[in-house]
Amino acid sequence: MNFPLPEFIVVSAANPWTYVLFGAIGFAFGYVLEMSGFGDSRKLAAQFYFTEMTVLKVMFTAIVTAMVLTFGAVGLGLLDFGQVWVNPTYLWSGILGGLIMGVGFIVGGFCPTTSLASASTGKIDGMFFMLGGFVGAALFAETEKFFTHWYNNAGYYGRVTLDQVFNLPIGVVVLLVVLMALFMFWGAEQLERIFGKKDLSKEPKLRIAGAGVLFAAALAVVFIGSPSLEDRYDKLTFTRTETIEQVDADPIVNTHTYTADDMIENRLVFVSPAEAFKAKYNQGMKPIYIDVRSEADYNLYHIEDAVNVPLDRLEEVIPILLSEPPANSVFIVMSNDEAAAIEAWKHLVASSVANSYILEGGVNNWIAFFGKDDKTIRPNPNAGDDELGFIFPAALGSRYESCSPSPIEYEHLEFEAKIQLQLKRDKSGGGCG
Amino acid sequence: MTAQTKKSIFNRPEKSYVHPYFGGIVLGIVLFLAFFLTGNGLGSSGATSRIDAWIADAISPSHVDNNPYLLKMAGGDKNPLDDWIVPVFFGALLGGFVSGFFNGRLKFTTTKGPHISNRARWLVAFLGGVIFLYGARMARGCTSGQALSGGATLSAGSWVVMFAIFGGAYGMAYFVRKLWN
Repeated sequence: MNFPLPEFIVVSAANPWTYVLFGAIGFAFGYVLEMSGFGDSRKLAAQFYFTEMTVLKVMFTAIVTAMVLTFGAVGLGLLDFGQVWVNPTYLWSGILGGLIMGVGFIVGGFCPTTSLASASTGKIDGMFFMLGGFVGAALFAETEKFFTHWYNNAGYYGRVTLDQVFNLPIGVVVLLVVLMALFMFWGAEQLERIFGKKDLSKEPKLRIAGAGVLFAAALAVVFIGSPSLEDRYDKLTFTRTETIEQVDADPIVNTHTYTADDMIENRLVFVSPAEAFKAKYNQGMKPIYIDVRSEADYNLYHIEDAVNVPLDRLEEVIPILLSEPPANSVFIVMSNDEAAAIEAWKHLVASSVANSYILEGGVNNWIAFFGKDDKTIRPNPNAGDDELGFIFPAALGSRYESCSPSPIEYEHLEFEAKIQLQLKRDKSGGGCG
Repeated sequence: MTAQTKKSIFNRPEKSYVHPYFGGIVLGIVLFLAFFLTGNGLGSSGATSRIDAWIADAISPSHVDNNPYLLKMAGGDKNPLDDWIVPVFFGALLGGFVSGFFNGRLKFTTTKGPHISNRARWLVAFLGGVIFLYGARMARGCTSGQALSGGATLSAGSWVVMFAIFGGAYGMAYFVRKLWN
């Protein structure tokens, strides 16, 4: 599972090739749009009077081609879907914005990228559309503050794909979308015959064969299915750098690559209570504590700000973990000792949740470290493995003093730092920017 | 470059457009390669927004500091142009130009319906651009970033946006039919 290429996920001045690659992608994009006729507003507008359905044909052919290839590659384990940008769902701003775009489309005769292909080939109306675009985007930036809450929250569902909505295997959704597209192509050709007076017998016969190939490829995606969590886990690799200070030379930086099991064995993913606590006060990261114990244990005692996600419900929150958080989020999972937390960690990393760690020794170790002076909490000598090792006077949740240790009292803590932040792509602008 | 080849740039015979299904397949492969190599899809409206932010930051950094939406792109020492979508945007401009060049379609002209003057067409094109990009920023992506890219990755929200775009355009088409027919 080596794709997408990690060094090409974000553009960076440190790697100028990223500009070249994204520039080349854009070049191909503009080239195809121009050669399909999208530089001509009449061709685009005709779509909405049923005389020529080029927009629909090009767009849906592109969508189903890319979809079949993408999910085929995901199914074969070549592409890590967790690293692929999936537009998060903001239902209401999406619907209203979409309707507004539709109006702009039929009034202006272009969409943003087609106006680029138009303007660059000398179409003056394309240039005006492009110019208007800069004004429209600026207007949005200036007016967003009037509805910022609605814009950022209304109908927000995070990273949701259609297979989750319809509760179907992804391959089946791929097949259904292909069937729908083929039906739409047939319908579009009928409309062109009726409204555009087009002679369908002149259309290339090859398109029937193409439809057959597409259908067969979609069927193959169904049979390939998705790689299991175990397969994905086995293919994971982690890199860790280690800096060795030299007395009178530059420090040596060693980079090692580990498998997921190595990471556990070498205890590289276990953060001490001290590090987990200090992460809260580190400007560079945003720790999210995930408590995978039962609700009963959680109610008895949990560290402040920890969210309770019992192990068997972890699956449900993974889409949220993949889409919502800022790039510098660090997920720290914990159980009473470590067994359940290790299971949870395996699940998270196999699902491509970046920056996942385990609280070393679990909640029991946290209490032993921060709560050793709390006389109300007594050790429970009969506790089994991964059970709460203490007896509590009451189920106070996070209201024990040690649940939120004082940052002043614990200002200086020694620990071996295990967290090495792996920054994900910057999502501030969203998919189309 | 000799005078003769220069002449041929503008005298290239205008070729016809490729078949829509062929264009779609090539576009689909480009989109797939974008996902496969970089994990990002295609887009352009985000770049418009970022270029705006860059201009705003150059003219009045304090204005950027007072606008949370711009701040996310251009705040502090952030360069709003430091995003994958910006090279895609400029690449698309160049790609369109090169295709226009090879296919003999480079010429200053206005594409419009038969019953509308050039000036009126420019005005509505400008207005359409204003409206479209306003909607695109609201929906967090345009036809490329939402409909194409999100459609191919089966994002639920993107499919909703796609149908809303078609809905808005079909709903409005009757009222502006004079522009096109």
